[in-house]
Amino acid sequence: MINNRFFGRRRTETSRPLPPGQYLEDGFPVLSAGPTPNVDTATWDFTIEIEGDTVGTWKWNSLNALHQTDLRTDIHCVTKWTKHDTDWRGVTIDTLLADAGIEPPTGFVMASCDGGYTTNLPAADVIDGKGLLVHTYDGKPLAPEHGGPVRLLIPHLYLWKSAKWIRSLKFMEHDVPGFWERYGYHMYGDPWREQRYTND
Amino acid sequence: MKIEKATGWQIATVTSVHDESPRVKLFQLELPVETKFRAGQFFDIRLTAPDGYQAQRSYSITSSPDQTNSIELAIEHIRDGEVSSYFHEVVEAGSLIEVRGPFGGHFTWSPSFRKPILLIGGGSGIAPLMSMLRHRASTGGNSPALLMFSVRQEDDVLFKSELEQMARDDDKFNLIITLTRLAADHSEPFAGRATRRIDRTMIDSTVATLGGTPARAYVCGGSNFVEAIGNQLADIGLPYEEIRTERFGP
Repeated sequence: MINNRFFGRRRTETSRPLPPGQYLEDGFPVLSAGPTPNVDTATWDFTIEIEGDTVGTWKWNSLNALHQTDLRTDIHCVTKWTKHDTDWRGVTIDTLLADAGIEPPTGFVMASCDGGYTTNLPAADVIDGKGLLVHTYDGKPLAPEHGGPVRLLIPHLYLWKSAKWIRSLKFMEHDVPGFWERYGYHMYGDPWREQRYTND
Repeated sequence: MKIEKATGWQIATVTSVHDESPRVKLFQLELPVETKFRAGQFFDIRLTAPDGYQAQRSYSITSSPDQTNSIELAIEHIRDGEVSSYFHEVVEAGSLIEVRGPFGGHFTWSPSFRKPILLIGGGSGIAPLMSMLRHRASTGGNSPALLMFSVRQEDDVLFKSELEQMARDDDKFNLIITLTRLAADHSEPFAGRATRRIDRTMIDSTVATLGGTPARAYVCGGSNFVEAIGNQLADIGLPYEEIRTERFGP
């Protein structure tokens, strides 16, 4: 349906197209279902489980001692904004799995966080360089309201999949909905296919 | 009117536009199909330009879920906001708008939650809280509720007469309105208004009117506002999962 007198913001020439329904944002909005938890790097740890068995645990110092990866990427929030060329530093999930000495799992994975947030993903979407634990944004420690000290980053999916304040990845055989997915958000969340809500 | 599916796009008809404040208009939208929702949920709006360019935004529903064939949206005019500018400058009674919803589920309240609630809104962040309060009033809610509403100046108090009427009619509903622009001139409450940003002291003294710590809080407003209030509510001992937040703006 055409809105006849709607012309939209004067569109600047962007070097690449935006996913459908998204607009370009210069700032970095904060969206969280609850308050920002107080996470102390002195007691923080991160665990990978496979089918209920813990296969690796890392503390803040051991995470920082692993091979670090720098990534410049676009990010897409389901609340309609896209931000181009964001700079992150962290550790790929591949590096963590290799450090634990295990083969990349198949099936699905649930990310769990301080504050109780969860989100589900296919295992294939966090490996092969697609997923990182990031602790640095734009050259500075990741701010608490943006998920610091450590958040998951899965830039090819809507940002609710990039869980803030992450504490574990639990690999599992079957897909189970996480926090927003139970409230009607899409199980996969590909911005280029505009998979915002359950039936999209 | 055919729609694609339960959450598909439908074409709503604007039935009225009301200037609620210098920067906020209220829009009544008649929906082609009966649509149930929960207080606190939102709708997506999609505008399409003649050249095919599309823009989408989400807006909280301000009306009560008692009405299922229409919704009210409160839209603040954002400078350079392509969607809010269209609503403020072009949309009038009779305009057709593509909408879909409802969406969201964490930031919702239903009358089955009978414990005391604390609602804290900043500016147009009152929108989803208004739906909750209207629903509470229409369902004869007798659980205590407290609204702390922070705006810059008196002109910005949305739903003022309705909220003040609610507070007069319902002795279990308490209303605190604070005007942050008054802070420079008034260190004490002035003309029935608090006169500073919501802080820990204000929360402590007003929460006492609920008869104890609230069981749940809903906080909606700009990002910095919600961040600050969320931290203060955690400090007064509200369980993390009972501090429900919704933020807008960069």
